[in-house]
Parts: sequence; structure tokens; C-alpha cells
Amino acid sequence: MYATVVVVGAGQAGLAMSAELTSRSIDHVVLERGAVAQAWRTQRWDSLRLLTPNWMSGLPGHPYDGDDPDGFETAVETADRICRYAAAIDAPVRVGQTVLSLQAPVGAESAGLGRFEVETVEGRWTCDAVVAATGAAGAPRRPAWADALPSSIEQVAARDYRRPEQLPEGPVLVVGASSSGVQIADELARAGRPVTLSVGEHVRVPRTYRGVDIYRWLDAIGQLDERWDAADDIERVRRLPSFQLIGTPERRNVDLNALQAVGVALVGKAMALDGQRLLCSGGLVREVASADLKANRLLRRIDEHIEGDSAGPTPLDPARELEPTQLGPVPTEIDVRRLAAVVWATGYRPAFDWIDPAAFDRRGRVRHDGGVAAVPGLYLLGLPTLRRRRSTLISGAGPDAADLATHLHAGLASRC
Amino acid sequence: MSDTESPTVDNGVNVEALVGARQALTDAPEAAAFTFKASCQWINGTHSRTTIDTFFGLGQDHERPRPHAIDGDHPEVFASEDLGATPAEIVLAGLASCLTAGVATVASYRGVKLRSVRADLEGAADLQGILGIDPDVRNGFSNVTVTFHIDADASRADLEAIVAQSQKRSAVFDMLVNPTSVQVRVA
Repeated sequence: MYATVVVVGAGQAGLAMSAELTSRSIDHVVLERGAVAQAWRTQRWDSLRLLTPNWMSGLPGHPYDGDDPDGFETAVETADRICRYAAAIDAPVRVGQTVLSLQAPVGAESAGLGRFEVETVEGRWTCDAVVAATGAAGAPRRPAWADALPSSIEQVAARDYRRPEQLPEGPVLVVGASSSGVQIADELARAGRPVTLSVGEHVRVPRTYRGVDIYRWLDAIGQLDERWDAADDIERVRRLPSFQLIGTPERRNVDLNALQAVGVALVGKAMALDGQRLLCSGGLVREVASADLKANRLLRRIDEHIEGDSAGPTPLDPARELEPTQLGPVPTEIDVRRLAAVVWATGYRPAFDWIDPAAFDRRGRVRHDGGVAAVPGLYLLGLPTLRRRRSTLISGAGPDAADLATHLHAGLASRC
Repeated sequence: MSDTESPTVDNGVNVEALVGARQALTDAPEAAAFTFKASCQWINGTHSRTTIDTFFGLGQDHERPRPHAIDGDHPEVFASEDLGATPAEIVLAGLASCLTAGVATVASYRGVKLRSVRADLEGAADLQGILGIDPDVRNGFSNVTVTFHIDADASRADLEAIVAQSQKRSAVFDMLVNPTSVQVRVA
């Protein structure tokens, strides 16, 4: 079978790319391992809502048209909306097509000629370009010592967590204080579980500032549109944990102060297992100080924007500093024998094991510049700050897909 | 604060060389594998002298212009002669020097001229640990505090950010706050 372009993955990124290809009359197919928006239905916990307000969660050409623009959609609502989008743009999706391998043209790096071979569970596609839009959360990261934990402890990755009752009775350790980790710790603590949260580098932001949702400000100051090629250190930006935020109607915070107020105990980053002792970093004070400083720096940037923008929303609450994060004595070890479960919210790596080894650097990452892979004709989509800060937000799918489709189109044209 | 602004201040740190080294070691990671060495000679009682001379890095051994010596001993309250700092104090010295060097480097990188920097350190230790009185008390410091006194043309927030970054890039801070594999054997 032949298509000019094979898009792998029918989430918001792959579908946005499909729309861009269609608008350029580029023949293509979208291969999806499960169903459209699969991860939104199968890899999210029950209570999860988007972190971004509905007004900014529209899909390309299909802005949010519901009656709650400032609300936060559930994962199922998002999945339904993505499915309606797929139908509306008439995306050529082939479901149940897990991709097994991608072979780049021989001598691909120099020539940029020849064709890709894409092998799926049901057959083989030949194509001139491939867009890998399988998402950033391909495989959970876990430290090596996770395997040495007692077998009595139930271990769950954040994407497999659904609800508190899923975990056995008893104390739970949540590892990682990004968006998933703080939300899960919050939910477990509110369900009455004894929860310890292991906190490494984290990004604190308040849900609202001066009475307005933080994403309204991040959008207004242009932070979400900061480009990958303008960053001081793009690797560092791409490694940043997600915001400590939750989307709830009351717009409450889930920062470390809020978590401690509902009974969550804090430890530093879990570093190593020594027999029954889990050794945790004593550097939590520094992590917290750093996160507080950066959060307040962001708020000052917002204040400066407000001062220079007479057209913004009024009236606003007064400018303020965040309440400093309070820490009591922080233990540096945990006796793992008292834990019933561990939830790993330690991030993900993209699952690119199907991609031709020629595409990777020595550290096992696909070599690319803003999603344009070093192997000509291969593109990546839907990764953190791929081309802009909003790349992994729903609102980032459209602009990234448009950029890459333009590049892809030019590449096809130059071959003729 | 942008880290790309070209530094215009002189704190005695060669920022350009450091930026160059970072790029060079990014391109040649094998050269970044260093081995630091120390050799300790017992003198008498609890008094010993550690000599620090060669190290390995950038693919080869390096010899210093002259070796450095650090004397260690215990104070008179432990019936020793106090001919050197206690080893635990030498650890504090290592942390202090590491963080202070970091402050100078980060400040230079960020274009902040330093007039003076002093770090005061305290390490709390319960001797019931090393004396074997209470097995629940650890041998090492239960807590370490570092207080920086910095005189520079920068806001308090900027100075706090510099101190935070110096910890983020500190070898000794990392060694103290995180577990480190240590093997001790008899040759």
C-alpha cells in the first residue's frame, strides 16, 4: 500500500497534521493502534480534567463552542471532542493499526530520496514522509531500584492509576511532584489515605493570579508561544516537569502548601533503595526555594505585562507574592515495609522503539530540530516544547502541525 | 533574568572558558569522566594528613603545580591534640568552598559584580551516634545550615536565585544530600 505521508497516531496532534495535509491536498493515512483519542480514554484517571481552560482547548479550525469557556473539560469530554473533530475533518484514520517498524530509505541522511517502509500488524505501507504523532507519554520512566521494592507493594504508573479504591489499604508513596503526582497525592489524601509525596524539581504556579486564571496570563504574556529555537537551553526547557495545577471548578491550588494542608507528608527526591530503607534527597529545601523564586518571577512578569497593557481585564486583584512554601522537618529515608502502594509520577519517554535506529543519537533520542528529524522526511509531533511551549497542550497541536506540514510540503515539492 | 546576556563584570571567574568547556564536553562526553584522588597518611593518634595532588580528566592524568595538604585531628575535648580540623568540619569546608565557588561562577555568568561573599556553616551532630549509645541516632550530621552574606549590586531575589543555582550545580551539595556509593577495602 502506498500513501505520500503516513501519520502515526490519531490523537489531537496526528489529526491536526491530517487536517494540514488535507488542506495542502497531500494524500495521507493516519495509522492508529487503538481508536481515535485512545490515550485520552485509556490512560487517564477518572477524576482528571484538563489543566487548560476550555476556551484555549479548541482544535485547529474548531474552537471551543460550549457554554463553559472558563471551565475544565474531563478527559472523556476531550476524547469525544477529538473524535468529533476526526469526523469533521474526514481524517483518513485506520484504526487497530499498531506500527511495528519504520525503515528509513537507505542513505537517507545524505540524499533525502527513496521511500520509507512502515510495517503494521496488518501489512506494509510505503510512503515519502512519516509523522510520528504517538505522543510524549509512550513509556513510564521508573528508577532502576523500583524492581527491588518488596513484592507486597503495589506499583502503579500514573497513567494506570484510576481512583483511590484501586490501591490496597494503607500508606501510599507518590513519587514525583509534577501535575500528575500532585493531583494523585491530593486525591488520595482527600480519600483518607496516608500519603507521602516524593518531591524533586517541580514547577509551582498558582491556579489564579490577580483573580484571573493563570493560563489566561501565560497566553497573554506570550510564554506559551516561546519558540524552541529561541530558548537559552532547550534541553532544560524540554525536561521541565509539568505545572503543579489541577482543573477544578473552584480553581483551588495543589501546590506543596495545599497538599500539606490536606495531610500529605513530603520527602525529597527518592534516590536509592538500601535494603528496606528508601533514601531520599536532603535537597528538598533547595528545590522548594527554587520553585518559589521562579513562581514569583513569573508573577512579576505578569505584573509588568498588566502595567503595559491597558486593554486587559479589569478590575484586577492587587499584585502579590506567593505564600512561601512551608516545610517542617523532612525525613531523608522511608521504611518501605510500611508502604502498601507506590504511584510513579516520574514522567514518560516517547515510545519510538519502532523507528529506524538510524534516526537516533547516541543517547537514544530521535535527532531532530523542532520536529524536523535529521532523517529527511521524518517528523515528530506532540512532544514537550517541540516548537513552542504550548506544543503538548491541545492548542499547540495546530500551530506545530501547520509548521511541519509546510516544511513537509516543501520537501515533497523539491523532489519532483 | 536571561543567561544569554554577555557578562560585563569581573569576579575573577573565566566565564568564557567555562561556557567553552561545557560545549566541548557535550560534544565529547568521554572527556567528562574525571577521577579525583586523595591520599591520607596517619601521623599519630587521631592526627593525619591528606595530600591532594593528581587527578584524572579530559582523558589523561593531571599533576598540579604543587600538592595541597589538609591536616585532620580531633579537638581536645576528645582527648586529642587538635592539630587539624575534625574530618566533619573538613566536610563543611568542602561544602562551603563548593557553594561559594558556585555563587561566584553563577553571579559572573549573570553579570552580577560581587563585593564580598561569606558563608557561615553549622552542622548538627548527636554524638550518641558515633559513640554507639543510641542505634537510632545517625553518625553523620542530622542537619547542615549554610548562611550566605553577600554584598553585591543585585536584588535579594536575584541573590537567592544565584544561591539556589549554585546548589543545583554543586558536587559536594549533591554528595551530602543524596546517597553516594562508597567502597572501603584493605589493599
